[in-house]
Amino acid sequence: MTIDHHAPPPPSGPVSWDKDFAHRLLADMVRIRRMEEKSAELYGAGQIRGFLHLYIGEEAVAVGALHALAAADNVVATYREHGHALVRGLLMASIMAEMFGKSCGCARGRGGSMHLFDAKTRLFGGNAIVGGGLPLATGLGLAAKMRGEDRITACFFGDGAVAEGAFHESLNLAALWKLPVLFCCENNLFGMGTAIERAESQTDLCVKAASYDMPARRVDGMDIVAVHAAMQQAVQCVRAGQGPAFVEFQTYRFRAHSMFDAELYRQKAEVEEWKARGPIHTFSARLKAEGKLTEEEFLSLDAAACAEVAAAVAYAEAGLWEPVEDLLKDVHTP
Amino acid sequence: MTRRLSYREAMREAMHEALAGDPRVFLMGEDVGRYGGTYAFSKGFLEEFGPERIRDTPLSELGFVGAGIGAALGGMRPIVEVMTVNFSLLALDQIVNSAALFRHMSGGQFSVPLVIRMTTGAGRQLAAQHSHSLEGWYAHIPGIRVLAPATVEDARGMLAPALADPDPVVIFEHAGLFNVEGELADDCKVDISSAKVRREGRDVAIITYGGSLPKALAAAETLAGESIEAEVIDLRVLRPLDTATIAAAVAKCHRVVVVDENWKSGGLAAEVVARIMEHAFFELDAPVARVCSEEVPIPYARHLEEAALPQPEKIVAAVKGLLG
Repeated sequence: MTIDHHAPPPPSGPVSWDKDFAHRLLADMVRIRRMEEKSAELYGAGQIRGFLHLYIGEEAVAVGALHALAAADNVVATYREHGHALVRGLLMASIMAEMFGKSCGCARGRGGSMHLFDAKTRLFGGNAIVGGGLPLATGLGLAAKMRGEDRITACFFGDGAVAEGAFHESLNLAALWKLPVLFCCENNLFGMGTAIERAESQTDLCVKAASYDMPARRVDGMDIVAVHAAMQQAVQCVRAGQGPAFVEFQTYRFRAHSMFDAELYRQKAEVEEWKARGPIHTFSARLKAEGKLTEEEFLSLDAAACAEVAAAVAYAEAGLWEPVEDLLKDVHTP
Repeated sequence: MTRRLSYREAMREAMHEALAGDPRVFLMGEDVGRYGGTYAFSKGFLEEFGPERIRDTPLSELGFVGAGIGAALGGMRPIVEVMTVNFSLLALDQIVNSAALFRHMSGGQFSVPLVIRMTTGAGRQLAAQHSHSLEGWYAHIPGIRVLAPATVEDARGMLAPALADPDPVVIFEHAGLFNVEGELADDCKVDISSAKVRREGRDVAIITYGGSLPKALAAAETLAGESIEAEVIDLRVLRPLDTATIAAAVAKCHRVVVVDENWKSGGLAAEVVARIMEHAFFELDAPVARVCSEEVPIPYARHLEEAALPQPEKIVAAVKGLLG
């Protein structure tokens, strides 16, 4: 089966969420967007270095999906994980400080943008090896099962990871052992600059996942209501002990792969088509049409996000550098 | 009190003790369960501890080693068995890119209390894809501890402290040692931090580890017959290296032969020699000699395999070369 990536699916019907919940999820998407716009700017200014992979355009996935998880659950993410970290509950200030490389960052400046970690919210990284998080998530699922814990593991990865052996080995193990792992594929149609059609003999990723004998479902990743509903259903199924599940979120990154990308591999028109389906403005428009959001309310949550970003940047700027004497600290547990 | 047992029995006892003593400990790997372990290290475990804790895996080293890391992060104490060091290359990404660096990269938030055991070494005519000694590669990596038990005592004693270590430990078991027997004290306790003098001597220090230890001891015995007293140092812990014990042996004997089944180029012996240069150069009366594997893939034919590996005669010749 081939997928027509250019034909947007119909919206997922009226928003059944109460106003508070809808506003919270909208605000989270705006917070990610504003934080990342600022980080791109700070990258240009030289305050953030290394690789910086922006999630702009894909916000509905992290926000819709993570709001379907419980606090006790585990999250494993990729190097494009600023949004996941923020929605999971990390302070924006500690994320920003990490990108600055400061000791008050969530990984004490050892990880940077690609390696955000947080023990408190059970965020097991920011993994910058494509597919590297899948075996870890499988093991986290195994531990939860062996310990009898009511805890599932949500593992985020991109379409590029599907070509890695780690994907196939992990889905096989998780299904074989009926582990509580939810594989969340953020299919943004490109593994860096290689289009999925140029990387996969079978572009229907659900077919691959289903071959490991687990439920697999594709959902419009630009539609936060659809994302959340699909995720809730998958979470319920995994939590019930029926083994792993797979959800493919079809999405698109609006920005370059990283800050070093001339985007020679895709047409501007294609990017514009997807931008027209941007998750923030489409969801806002739906809420407004249904009388659940006013322009003033939107401006107010946007202003709050901007203020949070400003405070996060101030915190990061004021933060101290890890003393060089601590360079070797934490290679091993003391 | 002491009793006599084999390296294999010692390792089996160590795992049995760990499984019986801590519900977080479980064993996972290819054919560890129903088959009883490729080398029969876990024979009978499946019946005793059940399939949840004695977990046969598919042939997917990357997947199950990574799952061991995840399980360790999730509160378990896995023992992951990889059939041979050659196969561990399929899992190298998870060991090097996750296990070894999670603690540091997370700013101290996540330790990985995982033990990975694997067979290493040649000498059984298994040819190039089952016979290499790649532990020197692992010893290159900050964030993991690398052990090479060469005696029955270490086979019995190293696992418990390895499991108690909050960070990843990789244990290399040389296939040539499995049937070696030795005396074991009932109250055997060993550390996983120091090198050990296995034979006292004064004329030359032979520094070695793992499967080369019996060869070094045999060479020392031959040399003793010619009134050359060789001290034999068993490194035991390949990372972090016990530089103090190495330097002390150099200061005592002033002549050194390093014996290592790795290849010379970029191998562990090269690191030992460099440590000697840094810490004990002025104690040397002669350049340090090395006896390592020849720079070829290990061949199948018996005479070629023997020729490729360190042997007691080569060690004796290297010592005599130093003594002039």
